[in-house]
Amino acid sequence: MLGELFKGLRTTLRYMFEQPVTVQYPEVKRPVRERFRGKHELKRFANGLERCIGCSLCSAACPSDAILVVPAENDPENPTSPGERYAATYEINMLRCIFCGYCEDACPTNAIVLEHQYELSFYDRHTSIYTKDMLLVPPDQGHGEIPPILEQLGNKRPSPPAQIDL
Amino acid sequence: MTTLTVPSPREITEPARSGNKETMVLNMGPHHPSTHGVLRLVLELDGEVVVNVAPDVGYLHTGIEKTMESKTYQKAVVLTDRTDYLAPLSNNLSYVLAVEKLLDCEIPVRVQTIRVLLTELTRIGSHLVWLGTHALDLAAMSVFLYAFREREEILDIFELVSGARMMTSYFRVGGLAYDLTDDFLPTVKHFLDHMSDHIDEYEDLLTRNPLWLERSVDVAPISAEDAIAYGLSGANLRACGVNLDMRKLIPYSGYETYDFDVPIGKNGDNYDRYLVRIAEMRQSLRIAQQAHQRLVDMGPGPYVTADRKIVPPPKHEITHSMESLIHHFKLWTEGFKVPRGDAYVGIESPRGILGTYLVSDGGPKPYRVHFRAPSFINLQALPHMARGRLVADLVALIASLDPVLGEVDR
Ligand code: SF4
Ligand code: SF4
Repeated sequence: MLGELFKGLRTTLRYMFEQPVTVQYPEVKRPVRERFRGKHELKRFANGLERCIGCSLCSAACPSDAILVVPAENDPENPTSPGERYAATYEINMLRCIFCGYCEDACPTNAIVLEHQYELSFYDRHTSIYTKDMLLVPPDQGHGEIPPILEQLGNKRPSPPAQIDL
Repeated sequence: MTTLTVPSPREITEPARSGNKETMVLNMGPHHPSTHGVLRLVLELDGEVVVNVAPDVGYLHTGIEKTMESKTYQKAVVLTDRTDYLAPLSNNLSYVLAVEKLLDCEIPVRVQTIRVLLTELTRIGSHLVWLGTHALDLAAMSVFLYAFREREEILDIFELVSGARMMTSYFRVGGLAYDLTDDFLPTVKHFLDHMSDHIDEYEDLLTRNPLWLERSVDVAPISAEDAIAYGLSGANLRACGVNLDMRKLIPYSGYETYDFDVPIGKNGDNYDRYLVRIAEMRQSLRIAQQAHQRLVDMGPGPYVTADRKIVPPPKHEITHSMESLIHHFKLWTEGFKVPRGDAYVGIESPRGILGTYLVSDGGPKPYRVHFRAPSFINLQALPHMARGRLVADLVALIASLDPVLGEVDR
């Protein structure tokens, strides 16, 4: 009977001399996997234009109704995005968001991407609403490949994908 | 045959209030560490002995079934994650199989194999939480730490493939959310190779440990007859010696092609439930190893059905094909329509038979979704099993029944 107890003790004793598997968060942060779905980012093209064309498809695809998009017409002289429209307002309510990634899957221009930042906490409900300037990457970052159709049309002129009528 | 009623809290509190009872009424939970969630138990005690116990559920009711009626079929997948939060992929599977049954859509073999592999990993992960917390309730702290260490690896595999550790939403109607990553199979291989040694370790700590035997052998047994009458399923039922496993009875996702055994107990007590679940983990490993080997042999392949009316086209297509673009927008806004009718699919989740009953009125949103939640039904037997036991045994019994309150209350 005691033998059985010692068998168990042997297991625990062995682990006394092994490296712990835990990490000392927040001093040490556990790396996340490439696909990890954390805080969203709104991406840009290499020329600095915003990828988002204000089509609201992300908002339609969101299971928890966390996204608000208010589109506006681009100024042809000085466009914000390569489409006809851009998102004048883009807000995500982080209290509603469940980080499912449906918005990312739905976005036709790969504008909204769930990135690796996972430390999201707020002191009041008001600050849980992340606005466009909190989500948009700086002009010199977040460039990706340009979808072919936008490439053909050059960077200056508005392009067809924004014309889809929902 | 015993009476099948489950006492209500009032049945216990009312007589006590009238003052002509010798017994004591004690409220356990909803916020109690050993009720494994927000389960409230109203106990009637005679000293240390449980005379009667009434489970009071509903503290975690979030209206998941009702909310699903207002989401398209594809969006409703994310809600299924949140019922039994220790086995999100099993819930995903039960739901998507029901929708796919109504849609009558072909699922590629590769997808089915991935589903089998991941649901078996889910089963191991879920049993590890059960093992850890069950042992912790009986004051065996180290098992808890070891079990969570291995569960971490399983969660890491989920994060690797789906991007989330727990709320995976990885199985979608028509296939999977994304294809496997390149490092998926090697990571799983690494886990499968050493997991069996770890199970030996847990067994070294518990299986023949005199303290563990003292606390679990012959504690809260239930006869096979009563277990069937109460509708128990999963390991709780198999521990009484009833051979019922949906993977064998009505195989789904190709389970009939895997080689595995269904562990059966005899006495239906806490110890047999423990043995059955430990043996189940080993069987799950066996299935996962076979599925892994098949995936290695199969190589890359489709991860969704070819039916474009269900699954949106690949993203790169939408930039040069107008038709694809329209499909993409249609599917993400309105969703696909499911033919009128109803379907029921029962799968073997870590907790028992998890059934999804789905009614469609022909529209893009479910008319009604109902889950046959194994945790809820298993919990019915708690009063019957706890009567005449000590309070300390009740704590062990709750852990041994392994209810997940998210699923009980939905
Ligand atoms: S991750 Fe999901 S819940 Fe969050 S904003 Fe995107 S679609 Fe909505
Ligand atoms: S789906 Fe993409 S392009 Fe459309 S509004 Fe959302 S982020 Fe912008």
